[in-house]
Order: sequence, then C-alpha cells, then structure tokens
Amino acid sequence: MITTFRIRRFNPETSPSMPYFQEYKLDTDRADTVLDALIHIRETLDESLTLRCSCRGAICGSCAMRINGHAALACKTKVQAMASERGIVQVEPMNNMPVIKDLVTDMAGFWEKVRQVQPWLQPAGQEPEAEYLASAESMNHLTGVMGCIMCGACVSDCAALEVDERFVGPAALAKAYRFVADPRDGAGRSRLLALNEPGGMWDCTRCMECIEVCPKGVGAMDRIMSLRGQGIQAEVPSTCGARHAEVFADLIYRKGRLDEPMLAVRTFGLRNLSRLLSLLPMVLRAFVRGKVPKTGPFHRAIPGLEKFRRLFQRMEERP
Amino acid sequence: MKFAFFPGCVSKGGCPELYQSVMEVYPRLGLELEEMTTASCTGAGVLQEKDRKLGDVLNARTFALAEQSGLPIMTICSTCQGVMSQANHRLTTDPPYLAAVNEILGEEGLTYRGTTQIRHFVWILLEELGEQGIRQRVRRPLTELRAAPFYGCYLQRPSEALGFQDQPERAKSLELIMSWLGLEVVDFPGKTRCCGFPLLTINEKNSLRMVASHTLDAKRHGADILVTPCPLCHLNLDGMQSSAARQEQADIDLPIWHLPQLLGLAMGMEPKQLGLTRHLVSTQRVLDKLGSAVA
Ligand code: SF4
Ligand code: SF4
Ligand code: FES
Repeated sequence: MITTFRIRRFNPETSPSMPYFQEYKLDTDRADTVLDALIHIRETLDESLTLRCSCRGAICGSCAMRINGHAALACKTKVQAMASERGIVQVEPMNNMPVIKDLVTDMAGFWEKVRQVQPWLQPAGQEPEAEYLASAESMNHLTGVMGCIMCGACVSDCAALEVDERFVGPAALAKAYRFVADPRDGAGRSRLLALNEPGGMWDCTRCMECIEVCPKGVGAMDRIMSLRGQGIQAEVPSTCGARHAEVFADLIYRKGRLDEPMLAVRTFGLRNLSRLLSLLPMVLRAFVRGKVPKTGPFHRAIPGLEKFRRLFQRMEERP
Repeated sequence: MKFAFFPGCVSKGGCPELYQSVMEVYPRLGLELEEMTTASCTGAGVLQEKDRKLGDVLNARTFALAEQSGLPIMTICSTCQGVMSQANHRLTTDPPYLAAVNEILGEEGLTYRGTTQIRHFVWILLEELGEQGIRQRVRRPLTELRAAPFYGCYLQRPSEALGFQDQPERAKSLELIMSWLGLEVVDFPGKTRCCGFPLLTINEKNSLRMVASHTLDAKRHGADILVTPCPLCHLNLDGMQSSAARQEQADIDLPIWHLPQLLGLAMGMEPKQLGLTRHLVSTQRVLDKLGSAVA
C-alpha cells in the first residue's frame, strides 16, 4: 500500500528555523510499524530526517512521537491502522516539550519533574535485620504503575500542562503514587504534602488523555485520583479541590443529586469570599437569561432518599 | 425505541435549556422516554476522587433500576455517559467486584446482573436513526452555518469503556450528525480536548485558559458556533467565556450550542422553544445569519 507520511520538520540550524511539513511516499507492508517506515525514509529517501529510537520493541520509550495528533510509540503503531482513507499518516514530535530537531524532543524538563517527586524509597523507623517485607498483594498492585517506561507520551498530550508548564504532570505523579502506595516507604505524608501544593496533584483536569495514550496501561490519571483520595484521608491541609470533592460527596448524600449553588457556596465559603463574590456577575446574568431550572435554583432531593442514604452510610459508615 | 432517561443533574440545574431542547425534539424522533427520577448523581468523576468504589455502587444502583425496567439508559451528558461507562466497564469485567458491589446494593433490595446498556443521545441518533432517519426529518438544512464540534473528554476517552472497538463511528458521531443537518462541519484540533470545567474551582486561571484557547482556535478555523454534547463543557465554554476573554485579553464571542438545539432548529423548531435565548453568549448573531431559514 502506498502511504504518504506527512512529517513535521524542524532544524534550528537552518534559517529561518520555522517548523514545516514535508511529505514522503512509501510502499508499506501490512506488518510495518511507523518506526519501520521512518527508518526506511531516513535510509532511502532523506538522510537528514532526525528521530530517536532504540529497542524497537516498546520497551525503551525513546520513540514516542505524535501520530495523527496523539502521542504513541512509533515502534508499537502499525502504519495501516493509522493511514487515513487517503493513505496519509501525520507524524510530529511530542507536545509540551521543546523540539531539538525534527521528531526529537528535549526531555530534560520531564526528568526534572520526575526527580521533583523524589522517586526513591524512603523507609522510616528502625532498619530491619533482613530485608524490608511487603505483601505480594501490595507488590502486585504496584506492578501496573512500575510498568511505566518513561516515554513521555502522557506528558506530551496532557491538557493541564498545555496551559501551565509548572504542573508536575502525569508521569511524575504516577511515579509519586508508586512510592506513596509502597508499604515499605515511610515518607507518604510528606510526599502528599508536597503534592498538595500548587502545580501538584490538584492541577490535573481529569481529561484522561494520559490514560488513552499510555502504551503500558499505567493509568496515570487513576493514580492521581488515588493520590487525591489519600491526601483527603491523610488530612493534608485542605485545598479547594479537596473541599470540592468532600462537599460534592456530602451533597449527594443529602440530596442524591448535585446542588450546584450549594456546591459553590460550601466549596469557597467564607474562606474565599472574594472568589464567591467574583461569580456573582455571572450568576446574575444567568438569572436574567432565565438559566434557572423550573424547580428553582436549589435542587430538590431524589424520591426514596432514605433508602439511598443507607448505601452511603454502609460505604462511609456515616452516622 | 424506549429508553430509561437519565437527564443528569446539570441539565436539570445550570443548563436547563439542554433538558428543554431534548424534551422538544425526542417525540419527533420517534423515541419514547421514561425519566429515571429516583436515580442518583453519577459522582461526575469528583466523588470518585474521594472514593471510587462508592461511585461505582451509586452507578450500579442506577443500572440495576434500569435493568429492572428492562430498558437501556439514555444520557444527555458526556460526563454522565463517561462516568457511567467506566463504572459499568469495571463492574462487567470483574465478577468478584460486581459481587461485592451487589452485596452492598442488597441493602436496597437491588442486584445488578450486568446487562444494562448506557447510551448517549448522540449515539442513539447515530445508531438508531442513522443518516436516513435524521436527513428525512430535516426541514431547514442549515447550509449557511459553519459549526465546529466540541466533544470534550468523556465521550472520547477512555475509548475502551466507551465501546469504540465495536462502534468505531462513535468517535466521529458529532461530525456525522452535524453534516446530516446540512451545515458545514469545521474541524479543529481542540475538538477532543478538555473544556477546563473540572479545574474551575481548583485553578480558575488554567481553566479559563482552556476556554479561551479552544474557542479562539475554533474561530480561527472559521466556526460560527461550537456544538457540544456535554452540559458541563457548555457551563464553562458559554458561562465562563466572558471571564476567559477578559483574562486572556481576547475578543471571543462564540456561541456554544447543545446538539439537540441544532437538531431542533434543523427540524423546523423555533429558537425560543429550544432555549436558545437562555445562553450567556448570545446566539442572536448566528440566528440572524440564518435569517429566513429560521424566521
Ligand atoms: S488526566 Fe490529568 S494528568 Fe492526565 S493528561 Fe489529563 S490533565 Fe494531564
Ligand atoms: S505513564 Fe505511560 S505514557 Fe506516561 S511515561 Fe509512563 S509509560 Fe509513558
Ligand atoms: S524504540 Fe524503544 S519503545 Fe520504541
């Protein structure tokens, strides 16, 4: 099958050094990966095409790039699964990190953020005489997140990083979870305190891009949600995000459904009156526009609330 | 075809025009709806931050209620759809987990067997009515309109829980339906990105940046309006658009429509009937552009 590869090129040494797209046509086989094709292009059509790869077996993580707009490992992606009806595959370098040349990005910032979460075990208390013991169950649970190959695909496609480069990002947060959830680690609370700061676990927008693109099923966002839950449990200083989740749960308990005005009032409350007041113009405009439900601004409870509450009580051991 | 209708909290709260427009269009599509009044909130992903299993129990309860009535569920909110799809995926692929959840549901005398289908209104249009069913209902093809789809997150990811393997067209559902209404579909890279709503309380600045970035991007690609299947995306993109414009010092003014409103208009209904006058970013300029087509 003849496939057109639309590759984003960038060479800082040429002037003007603006990125541009270049197309290459190649006869591809059913079994070819995008990496096979790129190497073939470099070897036979254009030796200046720059890319990074090593294992060619989805292990080293070095060939991550954007294929048709989403990050993936080129060595794990089949050309024919990606070719459009017109036989076009678009290849670009990863997003959210500087491009060095063509498809190669600078991952220094990525590693800096991984270092920021102190990715090493910090046991507390007396050192045991033999080894540190951990249950098979807890280690099995950790194998999923330990499968991360540090390819950066999740970071490339992270929506929160796109608007704020200070966010520590999915790979580093998944790595942080790996240590918080390790029973041999003794620094859980201080880790959670650090992750509770701006730029940490509460800055994720829950967009699931990191789950979708991860070639190893690490599920970074799920790990971030677990970190948030553990932070709430450990009662690290309450952030707006933590209060939002707590109030949300309480409102569902009280009414079976969400009560948006009450959620805002109780999340910001008197602690952040100015924020609450800043919403007023929008609320007033909504009233003027008739953007109020028939039942009025405050939601009624669902019928049969008492029985519903018993489920909650059973799960949460509420009084 | 009959569905157990799960409107979700927001269509009955901050986005009443969505509920209104669905109520207007569904009988004309040949659908029958039985509203699930005793179902609870899905947790919207927020409750799940605190306790995922609690969220799964609440959703399993809703699935069990629908299962009892023998009806598939219809949602009109991407977030409800996504959260429910994920919960259902966990429950139906892990029998011991389902058994543990059922033990708790027993409290209310309920059991979930794992048979309930959960489908967004958009998917029902796609899979039940199809191109012919939609085209034959169009009275006013909206040919003058350039509209960009905005899916947001939960109707796109994670694709496994949303059944994209078996129903690959779901990934393009909005574009397909919009094109059947006769308008020009504007493609733009932000269509499957996050609207920023989940960050609104936590980091307003970043949330508003997302609003500005997607709306401006859609405008640059020539869109007159953005069309969304998610009321939470609507709350941020419409409700917070003027704040986003102020923060980013940009002129945006891009109306955000719910898909059923677009559908209703193409089917010959009046703008007011569809709640198009209830948006914070006025829809009037676009309605004027459509001129006699919607007069
Ligand atoms: S879910 Fe969170 S961490 Fe993952 S890509 Fe989205 S914003 Fe980034
Ligand atoms: S979490 Fe997945 S996508 Fe992110 S760096 Fe690790 S392996 Fe790559
Ligand atoms: S070359 Fe090693 S992961 Fe692709």
